[in-house]
Amino acid sequence: MAISEDKVAHVAGLAKLAFSKEELQKFTGQMDEIINMVQQLSDIDTTGVKVTTHITDSINTMREDVAVKGTERELLMKNVPEHQDGFIKVPAIIDENEEA
Amino acid sequence: MNFETTIGLEVHIEMKTNSKAFSPAPVQYGSDPNTNTNVVDWALPGVLPTVNKGALEFGMRAALALNCEITRDIHFDRKNYFYPDNPKAYQITQAQTPIGRHGWLEIEVDGQKKKIGIEEMHVEEDAGKNTHSPDGYSYVDLNRQGTPLIEIVSKPDIASADEAYAYLVRLRQIIQFTGISDVKMEEGSMRADVNVSVRPIGSDKLGTKTEMKNLNSFEHVRKGSHYESKRQQRVLMAGDEIRQETRRFDEATGETVLMRVKEGASDYRYFPEPDLPPIHISDDWVQEVKESIPEMPDKRRKRYVEDWGLPEYDANVLTQTKEMSDFFEEAVAQGAEPKLAGNWLMGDVNAYLNANQIGLLDTKLTPEHLATMIKLIQDATISSKIAKKVFKEIIANGSEPKAWVEKKGLVQLSDPAVLQPIIDDVLQNNGKSIEDYKNGKDRAIGFLVGQIMKQTRGKANPKVVNKLLIASLKQL
Amino acid sequence: MDYFANDLTSLHDLLVKKEISATDLTKETLAVINEREQKVDAFLSVDEEGALKQAAEVDKTGIDADNVLSGIPLGIKDNIVTKGLRTTAASKILEKFDPIYDATVIEKLKSAKAITIGKTNMDEFAMGGSTENSAFKLTKNAWDQTKVPGGSSGGSAAAVAAGEVIASLGSDTGGSIRQPASFNGIVGVKPTYGRVSRYGLIAFASSLDQIGPFTRTVKDNALLLNAISGADTRDFTSSKHEVPDFTKGIDSGVKGMRIAVPKEYLGEGVADDIKKAVKNAISVFEKLGAKVDEVSLPHSKYGVPVYYIIASSEASSNLQRFDGIRYGHRAQDVKNLEDVYVKSRSEGFGDEVKRRIMLGTFSLSAGTYDAFFKKAAQVRTLICQDFAHVFGKYDLILGPTTPTTAFGIGEDIKDPVTMYMNDILTIPVNLAGLPGMSLPAGYSKGLPVGLQLIANQFDETTMYRAGYAFEQATEFHKQIPMIGGQN
Repeated sequence: MAISEDKVAHVAGLAKLAFSKEELQKFTGQMDEIINMVQQLSDIDTTGVKVTTHITDSINTMREDVAVKGTERELLMKNVPEHQDGFIKVPAIIDENEEA
Repeated sequence: MNFETTIGLEVHIEMKTNSKAFSPAPVQYGSDPNTNTNVVDWALPGVLPTVNKGALEFGMRAALALNCEITRDIHFDRKNYFYPDNPKAYQITQAQTPIGRHGWLEIEVDGQKKKIGIEEMHVEEDAGKNTHSPDGYSYVDLNRQGTPLIEIVSKPDIASADEAYAYLVRLRQIIQFTGISDVKMEEGSMRADVNVSVRPIGSDKLGTKTEMKNLNSFEHVRKGSHYESKRQQRVLMAGDEIRQETRRFDEATGETVLMRVKEGASDYRYFPEPDLPPIHISDDWVQEVKESIPEMPDKRRKRYVEDWGLPEYDANVLTQTKEMSDFFEEAVAQGAEPKLAGNWLMGDVNAYLNANQIGLLDTKLTPEHLATMIKLIQDATISSKIAKKVFKEIIANGSEPKAWVEKKGLVQLSDPAVLQPIIDDVLQNNGKSIEDYKNGKDRAIGFLVGQIMKQTRGKANPKVVNKLLIASLKQL
Repeated sequence: MDYFANDLTSLHDLLVKKEISATDLTKETLAVINEREQKVDAFLSVDEEGALKQAAEVDKTGIDADNVLSGIPLGIKDNIVTKGLRTTAASKILEKFDPIYDATVIEKLKSAKAITIGKTNMDEFAMGGSTENSAFKLTKNAWDQTKVPGGSSGGSAAAVAAGEVIASLGSDTGGSIRQPASFNGIVGVKPTYGRVSRYGLIAFASSLDQIGPFTRTVKDNALLLNAISGADTRDFTSSKHEVPDFTKGIDSGVKGMRIAVPKEYLGEGVADDIKKAVKNAISVFEKLGAKVDEVSLPHSKYGVPVYYIIASSEASSNLQRFDGIRYGHRAQDVKNLEDVYVKSRSEGFGDEVKRRIMLGTFSLSAGTYDAFFKKAAQVRTLICQDFAHVFGKYDLILGPTTPTTAFGIGEDIKDPVTMYMNDILTIPVNLAGLPGMSLPAGYSKGLPVGLQLIANQFDETTMYRAGYAFEQATEFHKQIPMIGGQN
């Protein structure tokens, strides 16, 4: 499987990353190599094999529904690049309502 | 060509737990921005989510009330997308193992009953709030971030705008009775996404659908899906194709407006949330939750008719909302005659609420006071005319009816020893009416009673007055 | 303070007997760091003021005689958040980030009265095996400053190996503790998944990450793990499994212990000097009375691709929160929200991080999920089953930690695939959530060789017992690099 520059550019869009033309070429080549390495997995028959997505022995861990006071807003704002009147401030969204 | 419409509804309901779905920060409305949030809600580096058992139980309650099968082995999934109100840039939801599946609810449109299927239900978290400002910035408040939601996805069984409306009314009613949410559209605790498609009658393939997101009134859903169905039919009749797109319902024109065309499915890169271990829901747990569900409206309605002899119509009106139904039952428990309590609630109480644009719980009326007032009428302590006065007082100011009636001297006069002299007095001063009576004019009695009531400032017991008056007239 | 001449127990004695105060120990440590940093560059930040304040507090309230960490300065990997102390994960995107809360392990260390002396260098977001992916500085191997210290916890390993601190904390997602421990001739342990809370560890791959200790001796390592283990209500993947005293019975030997050596761990690609050291270790264990057999872990060869898909997928999602909105680098000259995202992230992340985000995003995207993420998660099950099978018959697995000794700075990084293959021996342990240790087992051309011991889930005790027996029977741990005062 060879990955195209277009596909890499599409993935970059999903990941909110931008690459220059040279970078895109370099990444495409490297992605291609990695994907080739990964291709060996297709040799293994995994019919009926369960997925392992959690390795912990703890199941049914839950928290009782008890509220704990939030963190001080001033403290939370400490690392915020821009804020005003208790709100986090960000440059406007162009594509409105992309996700709600 | 004739078309049929298919509507699918995805409804999000905020659940009123104490704490958030995946963090212990409080769930609270109307606070100052970013004051009910913690480091987890902010997705600070290194934080981890924790599952709120209460949110899961509320989700199970809703699923059971909507006749769903509970999925026994569940895990959470991440839905990845960037947005300022979504701090982790993923929403924790249930993509692979929805808490409930294959449910249904029943609606009635134009006297026709119909079952609408529920595909699945997910417990997930709400996002924060973004406010767009004309200054070119958005302002983010994360108070709502992490509020537990239940998402209810209908099967495409809904065939008209009226059915969509009825589905929402019914859904709201059922959810309200489960006690897991206030289900207030106007406050955003219930929101609907509507998918509409049309196809030629007889076609076995669903048409291309368009989507309207986050509608916040039932009426908008009705008007929007009606408009959209007609619009799509026009497009098809003109020989054009429906595009898969997101449209906005414009309140002012009642039309739907194109927002953007969807190019292929969005790629949310769902995968199992590795920070939250799987959960097994046991039979015992399901049973426990089942037992915690309050009585549903259908059951109550049946009980009102069968046990309390209410007309079907009254039982239906009284179970429309949980507050009304609870209030009614409490008034009956306090000794009010069910039929009378129902009449008051459906009549004067509802009129008062409508006139003042408020909810039942916003008034000072208590079930106990209503019951007391009804008893005062029944035992003739007050007249039904006086009762109107008493009602105004107890709903507006919360006075105890019995004490207030006594204080204001409004107790009905039924003692003949007190009433007779007044009657005698009125007769003495109204010789013309006596003449009329003797000449067979029955209206004269009404006039005389009115005079007596006037003298007693409305307190005289009309039955007793009538009896005494006729006896006196006959003696003349 | 000469950390080469002491272990935690002897230092603790000095503190308890007031032969040295916590403040003096901290001052001496700062002086040593100041001198040796010129050679190793292990620390991203040294918190002189904060450390002295903590030390003064310890001296005021007194050394806790029951707590071996009381008054001891420690190095902390810079992906573990420390309240008020800059934490960058060696990334430009967090260059100016000051955490507002402490990681659970930091809370535990603070309550044990340990002193955080500084934050150690690492590969950006723990992605890499040489610490060359740090956005800020190049850390050198304590034994040879032309070699890498390994990674991603290279700073934590080099700091201990150079005698700058007696112990440090690192994190291990695919070998990031064991490999640098091996390269630096010290003891590094990745505990069982769930043994140590991950709350406050800046996530790389949630189902693989574990915090663990670096020390110069096996017993010190067990002592430090004692202090940081245990269930945490803020980390639902932390285990409620009972935490034993890991030093208990540590000296009871390996007589009768059944040890398995996977043949795949001594195959092609593993350098001869490494094989030699491992074979020597086998004979040491046999002499001590253990029974050593060759076994097979047939799916271990798939560990690298499985790891790269799963770790990158989880990372691509975990690292989305670095969006320039609530913290971290926000690009200047932005016109709209999309700019904030794309420019902040593109400027803030280094190449290796971007590569993994890309691979992960790709692996999870529609149309590739089944062939990549799901397939990898299935093969992960097979790898877990291989281990379960072996642990049905054996107490411990033994093998090399790395295929080679430390490589030269700048030597390997150009080719990501070769770089990834270096993790082939450590990765399966993370995939299966097992505890693993690397400890010194030889030297080749002046560079340390590491021996890897792998135990069953929650059986760190067996691993420590075997490590301790090996250490006591050999002299490897007594060698020290030519660095600092003794030159």
